[in-house]
Amino acid sequence: MSLPLGAFWMKYTLMINEGPYQRQSSDTALHFARAVLAKGHEVIRVFFYHDGVNNGTRLSVPPRDDRQIQQAWSDLAKAHSLDLVICIAAAQRRGITDAKEAKRQGLDTDNLLEGFRISGLGQLIEGSVEADRTLVFGG
Amino acid sequence: MAIKKFMFVNRKAPYGSVYALESLEVVLISAAFDQDVSLAFLDDGVYQITKNQDTTGIGQKNFSAAYKALGDYEINKLYVEKESLEERGLTIADLMPLMWEDEDDDYQEKSSIYLVNRAEMADIMATQEVVISF
Repeated sequence: MSLPLGAFWMKYTLMINEGPYQRQSSDTALHFARAVLAKGHEVIRVFFYHDGVNNGTRLSVPPRDDRQIQQAWSDLAKAHSLDLVICIAAAQRRGITDAKEAKRQGLDTDNLLEGFRISGLGQLIEGSVEADRTLVFGG
Repeated sequence: MAIKKFMFVNRKAPYGSVYALESLEVVLISAAFDQDVSLAFLDDGVYQITKNQDTTGIGQKNFSAAYKALGDYEINKLYVEKESLEERGLTIADLMPLMWEDEDDDYQEKSSIYLVNRAEMADIMATQEVVISF
């Protein structure tokens, strides 16, 4: 989507520190991400930390009349080629794992939702250095 | 990678939630990426750097010694909010001595702790490029 002449655009990194449903932080971050993308800005990274890593599970089954927060992130990532990064240290504590890590740890399953990837805290620092603004949701 | 001024704002007690412990992990990584790092301690966050922490009763690791290592990672700007201490009946004497060695000054040991009031803390925050709160 193009911006009007004379407008400026920004690169954002978002940090999500709360899981889905328990608190509104992840919903708010989703709304913010959709809004800035609609205005033509760029979201260069979304970094999930603390209980925020639970936004990346594919095993969540909310009631049908409720919003599907994890799937909403996954869909938004697909539509806008977003880089959704789950912190590996936080994820290991809370049981969020991709196939590769599950195999390495000898676990019988993985649960990472499509559109997310697991990586280190360096991705948050790098994303914050590269972005014009870093916003923290939750905590 | 460019260098930015990062401030990590610690607002929560060291135990009772995981924020303080996982904040430290971010702080140490930011040092590994050679960023210009400051820490702020306010609200219950001031308890993170109090002396004589003892976790034997709660079955959790006492990670308070990790703050003493920050100086070795060139993290030596620890701003502690005066009002937050006072509201909790604490003084600077209740905090761990957190030091760093100034290699430009004959490796003299200097304190990393700066006691600032609420207005000064706001000014310091305003000069940062990235503020991440826990």
